[in-house]
Amino acid sequence: MASDECRIALDGLSDDGWLADAERRVARDPASIVRLFAGVGRHCGRAPLPQAEGWTADEAGRVRLLLALPAAAVPRQVEDLYRYGDADEKRAVLKALCLLPVDSGAVPLLHDAIRTNDTRLLAAALGPYARHLDQVSWRQAVLKCVFMGVPLSVVHGLAERADAELAAMIADLRAERDAAGRHLPEDALALLKQLTRRPEVRCASSIRTST
Amino acid sequence: MRIFDPHIHMTSRTTDDYGRMAAEGVRAVVEPAFWLGQPRTNAGSFADYFASLVGWEPFRAAQFGIRHHAAIALNPKEANDPRCREALELVPRYLAKDSVVAVGEIGYDAMTPEEDDVFAAQLAMAIEYELPALVHTPHRDKIRGVARTLEVVTNSTIEPGRVVVDHLNEVTVGAVHDSGCWMGFSVYPDTKMSPERMVEILRVHGLERVLVNSAADWGRSDPLLTRRTGEAMLAAGFSDDDVDRVLWHNPVEFFGQSGRLDLTELPAASSTFEGNSILRGGS
Repeated sequence: MASDECRIALDGLSDDGWLADAERRVARDPASIVRLFAGVGRHCGRAPLPQAEGWTADEAGRVRLLLALPAAAVPRQVEDLYRYGDADEKRAVLKALCLLPVDSGAVPLLHDAIRTNDTRLLAAALGPYARHLDQVSWRQAVLKCVFMGVPLSVVHGLAERADAELAAMIADLRAERDAAGRHLPEDALALLKQLTRRPEVRCASSIRTST
Repeated sequence: MRIFDPHIHMTSRTTDDYGRMAAEGVRAVVEPAFWLGQPRTNAGSFADYFASLVGWEPFRAAQFGIRHHAAIALNPKEANDPRCREALELVPRYLAKDSVVAVGEIGYDAMTPEEDDVFAAQLAMAIEYELPALVHTPHRDKIRGVARTLEVVTNSTIEPGRVVVDHLNEVTVGAVHDSGCWMGFSVYPDTKMSPERMVEILRVHGLERVLVNSAADWGRSDPLLTRRTGEAMLAAGFSDDDVDRVLWHNPVEFFGQSGRLDLTELPAASSTFEGNSILRGGS
């Protein structure tokens, strides 16, 4: 379920032969991914993929290269490609994590992406792989989306994971915004409304405010 | 007036400067890698800097509709510190990036044997990665520095038309003009080059193969001096087309040789969440 949209994106990618050849090279020689990964956009293009919302051709091409790596080479290459990647490469790595054999080993990459003020990286860090993120960090990341105007639709599994503490944090942010004559985005207000309708949320919220 | 600043250190500028530049017609920039105003002491410092040149700065620029590209290199000043030499191994990784349109700034600072090695190694990288080269010339001992630079370029197999020799002045422009290399000029408030002197050089040497930049680094500098130079050209009788040639077409032609320039219009910042963070003062 988590990776369905990603799979659709990968299947929908057209290729004139460059990508298939690059996949073979990466499988044979993992170190060759460094230069190939950087050049994907110049060969596969960067257009949005109509059949997979939120995906572009270069992202899907890069994920295909990562999937072509021998499993033993994945952790090191993923870390390096992210560390030395431009913003597009970093985003592709983050979006690929849910499909790669890395368990929770790549969580530090999410922390790095969430620490940035690049909204595209923040959004990419909150995909299906964010299930490995601890709840405290996850709430902070969601709140940062609200703060920076990133639509909450980027947060995978938001409805299931959002809790009373997140509601309290958003409510506090709303109070600050109101005081400044500014407003929360509509999707954050809707989430807040939805969360505070739940009885257990009201309870937790009142405990929090009384301390 | 549309402006492509072919050499500007945006790392040293505030986000407000991007706004002012956009308002004055700047639509594209190339930010070459140099130092940070004080010396670095290790290669990791370069890795973070290069990451910013292909990550954060393009993001920041895009908020104002400005296309940001980079040139990547180990600069000649820090090529002299053995603690930084490892950074040379990082350079090829970044030369493969989409937004990297040149190798630079390479060249000479104090013309040491270390600078010789690093200059030659990076010219070879420019050839391997099929990128133009942006060559810094020394601010001290410039006349000999430019002569030596041209000698190195001539002895390399890189085509002169793929090399810009930068920070020129009245005394050094002639030799570079004759070499077939491009001529770069950094217009500063009170050093290197002024808009009025720049106009005179254009009158004498013509508009071909000339790149005018504001450099806008950690010294006293002004990111709008490209615009001021365009205005000085108009005041001196050059046409709108002449200004467009120097401030737009020339950099497009030079960096276009990389095959990687992307000058398509960016979506309006307000129409996408990608545009919101720093305009809102997010932290």
